[in-house]
Amino acid sequence: MTTQAREPRMELEQHLHMYRQMAKIRAFEEQVNELYKSAKMPGLAHLYVGEEAVAVGVCEALHRDDFITSTHRGHGHCLAKGASVNRMFAELLGKEPGYCRGKGGSMHIADPETGNLGANAIVGGSAGIATGAALSAKMRGSGQVAVCFFGDGALGQGLLYEVMNMAALWKLPVIYICENNLYGEYTPCGDTVAGEVLARARAFGIHAESVDGQDVQLVHATMRRLVDRARRGEGPAFLECKTYRYYGHHVGDVNREYRTREEEREWMTGRDPLQTLAGRLTEQGLADASVFERIQTDVKTEIDGGVQYALAAPYPDPSQVDEDVYA
Amino acid sequence: MPDATVRELTYGDAVREAIAEEMRRDPRVFLIGEDVAEAGHPFKTLVGLVQEFGTDRIIDTPISEPGYAGIGVGAAMTGMRPVVDVMFGDFITLTMDQMVNQAAKVHYMSGGKIKVPIVFRTTLGATRRSAAQHSQSLHAWVSHVPGLKVVLPSGPYEAKGLMKTAIRDDSPVVIFEDKMMYRVKGPVPAEDYTIPFGVAKVTRTGRDITIVATSSMVQVALGAATLLEEIGISAEVIDPRTTAPLDKQALIDSVKKTSRAIVVDEGYERYGITAEIASVIAEGAFYHLDAPVKRIGAMDVPVPFSPVLEDLTVPSSSMVFEAAKALCRKA
Repeated sequence: MTTQAREPRMELEQHLHMYRQMAKIRAFEEQVNELYKSAKMPGLAHLYVGEEAVAVGVCEALHRDDFITSTHRGHGHCLAKGASVNRMFAELLGKEPGYCRGKGGSMHIADPETGNLGANAIVGGSAGIATGAALSAKMRGSGQVAVCFFGDGALGQGLLYEVMNMAALWKLPVIYICENNLYGEYTPCGDTVAGEVLARARAFGIHAESVDGQDVQLVHATMRRLVDRARRGEGPAFLECKTYRYYGHHVGDVNREYRTREEEREWMTGRDPLQTLAGRLTEQGLADASVFERIQTDVKTEIDGGVQYALAAPYPDPSQVDEDVYA
Repeated sequence: MPDATVRELTYGDAVREAIAEEMRRDPRVFLIGEDVAEAGHPFKTLVGLVQEFGTDRIIDTPISEPGYAGIGVGAAMTGMRPVVDVMFGDFITLTMDQMVNQAAKVHYMSGGKIKVPIVFRTTLGATRRSAAQHSQSLHAWVSHVPGLKVVLPSGPYEAKGLMKTAIRDDSPVVIFEDKMMYRVKGPVPAEDYTIPFGVAKVTRTGRDITIVATSSMVQVALGAATLLEEIGISAEVIDPRTTAPLDKQALIDSVKKTSRAIVVDEGYERYGITAEIASVIAEGAFYHLDAPVKRIGAMDVPVPFSPVLEDLTVPSSSMVFEAAKALCRKA
């Protein structure tokens, strides 16, 4: 078989894989909401439903040892970078086999084996960490890149601009991913973000683009270009992904007075990332409904198994409470 | 017979020698901060390092303390061992999120999977006539936070040995150097040595009263001890060297022997290091105490500029002397 003949097939496999990853994130998050509603999960969680194409499109363009830093709305980033459903659920339930042995919870999942340096509950708080990981990669000559996920809310944080300035000065292999879901907590970003988002990055001489964050193929293709640039030593990039969170700020934010049901319907029906990809592949005759149904069934099995695993898992021993304060 | 390898070095040179030796020993160590390369730091403590290690490892930053502190944390999480230079201790207000919410918590929050071997190097100390935003001693703030280690070198020997220990530690460490001591000289071995954290040093032995003193307050305490000796009071001076971890047992043992204690520290007295150490002594040696534990910290005012006012705000040997006399009922 020639390379030319093989490529479309590989591409299709990748697209179906991305569909599977998005479906997994969605099913995971729907299940998290159920765990919250049935009072099986301590605390709260910030659901990523609706934004799946961003995490998946970005992470599919990365190597396993490339770094990411994540946010309070971070489950999708962790899963897209390769985290296991079982250990994610276990962490959310505060169980011993969780990624952080139950010490981190929803907002602090870290998995160095997949390059995930951790979710961060300080908005914009990981901008320094991601940029530092890029400096480290450059100093060690490892060829790794670092990706910093943050929301439109983090555009208000000074730290972001300080580190973008240094990333540009030192041509660091870091890509800043702004997940613009239109709301910083309960406030529309129009009330908090002045001027042009991309102009902020461009002011530092950083290459900046904006894409439809609901189109996983577009996010992925764009990201591949930006990652290649970074690996070639051409410096940082900034990618705004326009997206939408289907649920509220967190699982307890059920009334969402700050936005209209009509706006929600438009995003959910017209621009859903899973439907968009499935529709396109079907239209192109590359896949049919049975393919997507099978993926959904597989994903449901994996998620159900993960929840059962986590529910049955032991809590940490009380003796662990003061372990690992120091290395 | 004097040890041929022990030279007299200034406190500043001892710091520089420690950093240089660790950078030669371990290629993962680098230094990042404002005016650290060609300028060699405003206190001239880093002069010559950039000539030896180059700008790839002695990295000048913009004036962006939170930014480069965060970059240090990320580098530490991914295989490097940064020394982050925060020029004045007052500026830790700017780096606090990176120190407290990021560096201090990553190891614990990740279930012990991610280490953050980072050193924040900064200063404390008043009487430099630098006024309220360049004179504070804020080491109590970070001593409060689990996950951080806090180091207060009291002289050149400690400055070198503790810095080396800090750079080799796998946890985040904050070192407060007394900016008024950079030109103070003392014996410093040329060979490699480290000073363990959490081990207090009995700087002077005595029978009648224990003076616990940190950083440059050790010199203040020793000055008071000399004055006390003249009136027949034998003072023991103990330097904890690190406030986190704190060598509680050494402090308690000393006070059990002397039955009186004064705690001297240049941080604000209110809710400060002196309060914590006094309570450690009260809890650990209560039935051995012949007098209440006395605290002497910096006056609870923003540090004033005028020398006439500023000198009133910091502990002095005569203040410690008078307090000790009163505790020993020799007033």
